[in-house]
Amino acid sequence: MLKTSVAKKITMALSGLFLVVFILVHLGINLTLLLPGKETFEKAVHFMATNPFIRIMEPILFIAFIYHIIMGIYLELTNRSKRSVGYAKYDGSAVASWASRNMIWTGLFVLLFLIFHFYNYYIPFKTGHVESHYDLVTGLFDKWYYTLFYVLAFIALGIHLSHGFQSAFQSLGVPREKCLRFLKISGNIIALVVGLGFSIIAIYFYFN
Amino acid sequence: MKLTLKIWRQKSKNDKGKFVEYILDGVDGDMSFLEMLDFLNEKLINEGKEPVAFDHDCREGICGMCSLFINGQAHGPDKLTTTCQLHMRRFKDGDTIVIEPWRAEPFPVIKDLVVDRSAFDRIQQAGGYISVNTSGRTVDANTIPIPKKDADRAFDSATCIGCGACVATCKNASAMLFVAGRIGHLARLPQGRIEAADRVQKMVAAMDAEGFGSCTNTGACEVACPKGISLADIALLNREFIKAHL
Ligand code: HEM
Ligand code: FES
Repeated sequence: MLKTSVAKKITMALSGLFLVVFILVHLGINLTLLLPGKETFEKAVHFMATNPFIRIMEPILFIAFIYHIIMGIYLELTNRSKRSVGYAKYDGSAVASWASRNMIWTGLFVLLFLIFHFYNYYIPFKTGHVESHYDLVTGLFDKWYYTLFYVLAFIALGIHLSHGFQSAFQSLGVPREKCLRFLKISGNIIALVVGLGFSIIAIYFYFN
Repeated sequence: MKLTLKIWRQKSKNDKGKFVEYILDGVDGDMSFLEMLDFLNEKLINEGKEPVAFDHDCREGICGMCSLFINGQAHGPDKLTTTCQLHMRRFKDGDTIVIEPWRAEPFPVIKDLVVDRSAFDRIQQAGGYISVNTSGRTVDANTIPIPKKDADRAFDSATCIGCGACVATCKNASAMLFVAGRIGHLARLPQGRIEAADRVQKMVAAMDAEGFGSCTNTGACEVACPKGISLADIALLNREFIKAHL
């Protein structure tokens, strides 16, 4: 079944939506950083590290990420090969949104961020030499260039989702006549919440 | 008005091709875009030069033969309009107009602005039909009652003229809107339901085999389509595809 372009696109949508659920949970945990005291965040981290359901979901999340990235790049490359002689003049903005035309670039920027994110947080978290998770997370925002990179990455993800969320439901065949307005609005809200939510945390700790 | 035309010239399928610039004076705002090209060709013929080859037939927006990527847009700047319906009053004196053929691997250029769109015919033949016995005892289609809403939606999808603007404008050169128009036409009618599962699989397979790209839901096709075929039909195609596999 995975042979056809339509089936590939459906798996792209499923992996994408799974990542959306993950990112919303992740945001929920991170927002506890803004609560007074360090305990709530430490408790939330402890909960995530010990909860059996989350432990089962972690490898699945890994697979979803890797699948989404590889399939996204693969589809982009094959689609590019379908027009070996390009147009001298092509007015892309007249027919489609910037976000929809640049999914690969917003995606790749998020990937670049993920690599740093792994190096800075995930590996220290997992290797277990962390005194305070709170200090590790907030400490990196001391540097302006890290904060800026972080904010840009989440703006990119917000743009990715402003098209991606609605697009995923289209790929899954949800009737457009009935649901388009709802999906577009909720997609934009999710994009905004994710983009702003993570950015606000970073900016808050840069100034405090 | 006086125009500068940058037109893609290519002698044959295997020729490399290049843009050639023409200055055309005396263009009237009431000319259609194709009449403007006729006017240019008359001039070229009088000068003993090779006229520009371009596709056309009905010249009233129903056959789907005319094509042309005009200033970066399929069928030019107007919505719901084929190139034969585009008029020169849309342009200004002194304008430069870039005219290119549809660009997509499955639509090879045959000559100048003419491309081979027979890939669409082969997709159509893979499943874009219903099987009925036409031995003389054919049941009149009107004996099967169909809700007006469904009939109207099916008809909307059936208005596709197969011009290929969807493929030409799509950044992925995807033919999903074309195929979705076929699916949208037949899947909404009781006569089409019978072979629906088979049809969607065969047409998608044929679309892939012809070498079209995959859909990323940018919606460019819907904007470029001269007949207003909707992205809702692509959602329906996806739905039919999933149903066929469950
Ligand atoms: C990590 C690097 C990432 C890359 C390289 C990437 C790449 C892509 C690409 C190229 C597409 C378009 C594919 C298509 O439309 O056929 C896409 C779609 C999508 N992505 Fe990502 N992405 C990444 C991360 C994410 C993340 C973190 C999320 C969610 C939090 C996400 C959610 C989505 C969604 C919902 C879609 C829409 C699927 C659809 O249209 O059916 N992506 N991604
Ligand atoms: S020539 Fe028939 S649609 Fe334009």
